[in-house]
Amino acid sequence: MTALAVVAEARRRTRRRPRGKHLSVLGWVAAVVLAVVALLAVFGPLLVTVDPNAVDLGNAFADPSAGHPLGQDASGRDLFSRLLSGARTSLVGPLLVVVVSTLLGTGLALAAVWVGGWFDTAVARVVDAVFAFPGLLLAILATSIFGTGLQAAIIALSISYTPYIARIVRGAALRERSLPYIAALRVQGLRGTAISLRHILPNIAGLIFANATLSFGFALIDLAALSFIGLGVQAPTADWGAMVGTGMAGIQQLEPQEALWASLLIVITVAAANSLGDELVKRSEARA
Amino acid sequence: MSALLEVDGLSVELPVAGEYRTVLQDVSFSLDAGQTLGLVGESGSGKSMTVRSIAQLLPPGARTSGSITFDGASVLDLRGDALRKFRSRDVSMIFQDPRAHTNPVRRIGDFLTEAMRVNGRVPRREAERRAVELLAEVGIHDGERRLRQYPHELSGGLLQRVMIAASLAVKPRLILADEPTTALDVTTQSEVMAILARLQREYGMAMLFITHDLELAAAVCDETVVMYAGAMVEHQASSRLHTDPLHPYSAALMQARPEIERRVPRLPAIPGHPTSAFETPDGCAFAPRCRFAEDACRAALPAFERVGDGEYSRCRRAEELRGQLLVPAVVSHEEVVR
Repeated sequence: MTALAVVAEARRRTRRRPRGKHLSVLGWVAAVVLAVVALLAVFGPLLVTVDPNAVDLGNAFADPSAGHPLGQDASGRDLFSRLLSGARTSLVGPLLVVVVSTLLGTGLALAAVWVGGWFDTAVARVVDAVFAFPGLLLAILATSIFGTGLQAAIIALSISYTPYIARIVRGAALRERSLPYIAALRVQGLRGTAISLRHILPNIAGLIFANATLSFGFALIDLAALSFIGLGVQAPTADWGAMVGTGMAGIQQLEPQEALWASLLIVITVAAANSLGDELVKRSEARA
Repeated sequence: MSALLEVDGLSVELPVAGEYRTVLQDVSFSLDAGQTLGLVGESGSGKSMTVRSIAQLLPPGARTSGSITFDGASVLDLRGDALRKFRSRDVSMIFQDPRAHTNPVRRIGDFLTEAMRVNGRVPRREAERRAVELLAEVGIHDGERRLRQYPHELSGGLLQRVMIAASLAVKPRLILADEPTTALDVTTQSEVMAILARLQREYGMAMLFITHDLELAAAVCDETVVMYAGAMVEHQASSRLHTDPLHPYSAALMQARPEIERRVPRLPAIPGHPTSAFETPDGCAFAPRCRFAEDACRAALPAFERVGDGEYSRCRRAEELRGQLLVPAVVSHEEVVR
């Protein structure tokens, strides 16, 4: 090959992979949306000027006005402040589910991969069994046993999300464990826990984070669904899922604002989590 | 005095697609402190498996029989803390491809100091100071700077020297060198070998040296073991291996090498292809490719027998053929074409 051909070849290669480090435009938008939503969850309740639970029956379904930028609901409560203060309840739940299931799933998978043998098989069977059971069903079961409310639902969903994370992490950790550098670390006499936590985990952290982002969207939907059917967040606490539920009545009276605004927020957040998660997963898989 | 390392009747089976397949059979040798033993043979002949059995790095599910004794203790029975102690204090391993054997996202400094800090509870600064000393030992004099670099910033030869430095960190009594120079270019190769040989002398370490390179084995090793299809076929002093091979396979390997002083129209290659231990016929594994094979060779696996003082061969005709193995075969044109 002549020098010119080499240069041309190199150029062609770099052009084929246009963005190595940066997110796509969609990815950036999704990240910004999630950041804004996170800010809402943190500071939203502080920005509320009108008591979100103040009933004003005389102004049921009132149109937007100076004091009520998005109007009022069936009981005359301010929609804007309910959506704002509902951000925290709607987002903390899924976040907890993701954190707990990711910790649990990652820990289980790393232990299974390192110990191997019967332990790996046992973990895989249990994970498969839980995986076969729909998360929402498990959550409904949990609320019917431990009473309605977020706590039981979050615990149940955390358990049912664990297998998903565990499976993905197990596959990635298994690949990583078979790499030669792990053998080199083992001959140096390092412990399995040290190798798993200091070498394998950081090298697959991207994939774990990506899947956590993705499952945040799913958890948000599941918890909103539970609140929608009345098993999650209880009245009068504001929550997006619950607001879609209570807003149902308004739809029949041609006053769909409450359900509309709440579901819009849910859809935007979930879509952002899904598209960002998708992109991160693809990138981390391409790298592996 | 008993040997530092004693491998006796070592056999290894690996699970492949649900059934166990023999990858190593009846490997026996011993190694004294300060001595170097070479393991040569083609890919898949069991050299790496032998070394990996000693470091207990066999793939999960491997079945071993026979014994490996290091300084009086049975290595195959080591578990947990005892195994970790054995690995971290007594034995070090140098691998073929230094780049694949380092975590690409960790710095050289982390790699060199991690074992010291974790196993020896050496404080960070102390460990780094020692790492710089170790790097100087292998001829890297800007150690301070290297500690902050990542593996991809170092050349292959430099990285292999880092690997050697890491293996010296614990002053091991046994070094397992799995083709330490194969992935390096020739000049780097000789540098790395010189460092390795010097350190081995200074530290009085025993070394098990795997290589494809017969000249290198002759230069570096006191004794050489030739392996074929998972079994030892010959074991004798490296100095005599080239002039007086005791097994037709070793002889054929010698003849298949190009020589710098002599021009040959065509190198005498070994006919056929190398077989794995589990697909060998009943008799001698090399019989199908051997120009000296007789019917009796194909009937039963020959024993690994003593031929002379410190000389062993797995050929039933070893004594009879001694001295004739290197005589060039008369190869007809038809045979070459076929």
